Amino acid sequence: MSEEVNKQQTPLMEVQHIYKAFPGVQALEDVSIKFFPGEVHAVVGENGAGKTTLMKIMAGVYKPAQGTVFFNGEKVSFNHPVEAQARGISIIHQEFNLLPERTVAQNIYLGREPATFGVLNLRQLNQKAKSVLEDIGVDAMISPTDMTSSLSVAEQQLVEIAKAISLDARVLIMDEPTASLTRTEVELLRDLIFRLKEKGIAVIFISHRLSEVFEFAEKISVLKDGMHMGTSNVDEVTTEDIVYQMVGRVLDDYFPPLGDPEDFGEVVLRIKDGSNDYLHDINLELRKGEILGVAGLQGSGRTELAQALFGVDPFHSGTIELHGKPVSIKKPSWAVSKHLGYVTEDRKTEGLALMQPIRDNMLLAVRSLKNIFNLIQPNGIKEAPNLVPNLGEEVDVRVDTYDKEAQDLSGGNQQKVVLSKWLASQAEIFIFDEPTRGIDVEAKARIHEIIRDLTKQGVAVLMISSELPEVIGMSDRILVMHEGTIGGELPAEPNEAEIMLVATGHQNNNGKLESVASSRGEK
Amino acid sequence: MTTEVMSNDEKKWVKAFQRIPQVYYFLVIITVLGVVLDQIFARGNILSNPSILTNILIRSVALGIVAVGQTFVMIGASIDLSVAYTISLTAVLSSLLMQGDPSRVPMTIAIVVGVGVLVGLINGLIITKLDVNAFIATLGTGLIIKGFLNGSFTNWSGSVPESFQAIGYEKIGPIPISILLLLAVVIIGWFILSWTKYGAHLYGVGGSKEIGRLSGLRTSRVIIISHIICSLTSVLSGFFVVSRLGSGAPWVGPDGIYDLESIATTVIGGTALSGGRGGVFGTLAGVFIFGVIDTVFNQLGIDTFLKTVLRGAIIILAVASYSFRSEREAA
Repeated sequence: MSEEVNKQQTPLMEVQHIYKAFPGVQALEDVSIKFFPGEVHAVVGENGAGKTTLMKIMAGVYKPAQGTVFFNGEKVSFNHPVEAQARGISIIHQEFNLLPERTVAQNIYLGREPATFGVLNLRQLNQKAKSVLEDIGVDAMISPTDMTSSLSVAEQQLVEIAKAISLDARVLIMDEPTASLTRTEVELLRDLIFRLKEKGIAVIFISHRLSEVFEFAEKISVLKDGMHMGTSNVDEVTTEDIVYQMVGRVLDDYFPPLGDPEDFGEVVLRIKDGSNDYLHDINLELRKGEILGVAGLQGSGRTELAQALFGVDPFHSGTIELHGKPVSIKKPSWAVSKHLGYVTEDRKTEGLALMQPIRDNMLLAVRSLKNIFNLIQPNGIKEAPNLVPNLGEEVDVRVDTYDKEAQDLSGGNQQKVVLSKWLASQAEIFIFDEPTRGIDVEAKARIHEIIRDLTKQGVAVLMISSELPEVIGMSDRILVMHEGTIGGELPAEPNEAEIMLVATGHQNNNGKLESVASSRGEK
Repeated sequence: MTTEVMSNDEKKWVKAFQRIPQVYYFLVIITVLGVVLDQIFARGNILSNPSILTNILIRSVALGIVAVGQTFVMIGASIDLSVAYTISLTAVLSSLLMQGDPSRVPMTIAIVVGVGVLVGLINGLIITKLDVNAFIATLGTGLIIKGFLNGSFTNWSGSVPESFQAIGYEKIGPIPISILLLLAVVIIGWFILSWTKYGAHLYGVGGSKEIGRLSGLRTSRVIIISHIICSLTSVLSGFFVVSRLGSGAPWVGPDGIYDLESIATTVIGGTALSGGRGGVFGTLAGVFIFGVIDTVFNQLGIDTFLKTVLRGAIIILAVASYSFRSEREAA
């Protein structure tokens, strides 16, 4: 304990009263955390809690709006990540910054190649890289002359760590380091992190997987909606405490009333044992008139489920039944012709042709169903003159002309146009992936209403969302994804803690959830 | 991975084997095809004739030199469409300024090289500072040069002295100077790409501008320098062309289709259009492939349309084989 006290006196890095806002969101609000040398510190929180923003501020990618960053007791302000690197703060982003077509050594020393008068010393380059790889104990797995593209994700991550070590990093920030690793690889990473810790490096990592957080870290800081909820020593808290800190909040959004179970019709979609490269053993049923919510952490396979169903990355095995008949959906065009609609996560690249008029965007899907040998019509299809205004009215897009380009619309109106595209194709099953991402509150509520109205017309909805309040507020039933499969199913209106426990792999039956609910009551 | 069961020695061989640009297989196939055609239609008289073989090489010099420069800009994820007009500009300016007088050669070379640096600098600045797509930027500068040349010169103008024509015709020992020139350019290009910091940075910026930036590279400077190098190879190519022709005319560059052919041979040689991958030896093989096809078909007197069709097919096959390989690697 005395050692603890000793550590307490000299934080290696500290943030004080950090504020940061992005258009429409307060990303960080008065966050103060201390990080000590030789300490593994986990930063946890839901999607959008501000974890990544905080890390990027520490690594010099962003500048804080207010507040100060201290390094080694000294106030610092970085204009560029390279400045932070030079001081010994390295960050490993979720997306690796490695060049696939270059060797490991070339990647580690990019921009810092040993050279005399501009001529490389390749032998020295490879030797230096080798000694760094030895330093972290992975020289048996990775050779400096290996082509980076030939390495696995885990090995590439080790290269990133080697790069940070070669920069004499004293603070190493890792954003979701375990997200795409297998169990053995995670253990390898854990051993490595412990070795770094012994060197006196402060390791900070962001993770969604609470089991790993408890395995790796000594301290856990929880962020929620941009606010720091507290920092605790791992041995003094339980998973439930942390989950409660992460999610305990008031629902402030408006949601339409849930569906009446009597209105739910027959099963329109059934997947049995669906598997592909990202998913395994997917079993689900979707009924006419219901909204089936899909929750899960990043990387759990939420979007992959939608893509498998829509034929983007189809299932390799298992069966899909539509209205009780087995069907094969190997391409998105097959899904469209079977009256599936897919409102994608990223409407700007996957949902809309931004530079084309609203009219054409609305007719995009329905046109693909028409015979291409039909006569060319001024608006693409014969029905267009009536169809377009009808659609506009139905989804409530308020514009003076449908000739306006889609890029000139607000996020909310854009999403409505994407929706109307599938209304036009008379889709019977709608898949929504993050239906209200990046949309203002008012438009959000409107889109929620439209989704509910759809179900009243007999449409079945599969709604994926990383926002737990949205899943809870909208869904008649909830599937929680965990590591590529469905970890559990919850009835309507569970609390956030119940979802998080299944999503983090702590719970896949309903038995022990009671204890969380009661511990929540005590707080 | 199957390499796990291999010994280290075997691994080394596999690695070395994988490093051979695929284009060399194409070169071998095309050469074999050439030999077969030669045996059937000309009783082997074409490819056993040393002067014809030398001719293949000399035909490859002008394209080869400029293709090395094109390789540089394409590794940096840029492109240069102005090379053909820079070659014309060089040819016209050289013969105009030299006027057949050997004493004016050094000054002319200095001026024309300076103009080349300026063209590359302007291309690079437009691309990096004005943020104009490289395709459009260099198309624009190329057209500007073309307009200037067409407006000022309508025919062959001036001439280069005989001493300058040595580049195109003389030999050192048994080897033509022009072939030595090509080899020198290729080797210098290889050295810069593989053995200098600048080369490493060019691959870095071409592979990902963002990664380059985050690694503290001066991305704009790297791109600008690659364009200056490319324009300088165009100038060198232009010197060779004018030394062969004796005089320059505005159409010598565009007539040689140096812009599109340098891009085609670079791509055949395994340099990715998206940047960050490739090298000059691949490009050289691409140039030789075109050289072999040209020579064999010309000597046999086969209709040129067939030659053009074959070239087109090779471009497509080569690029398809590269994307096939990278897909397999990713799996």
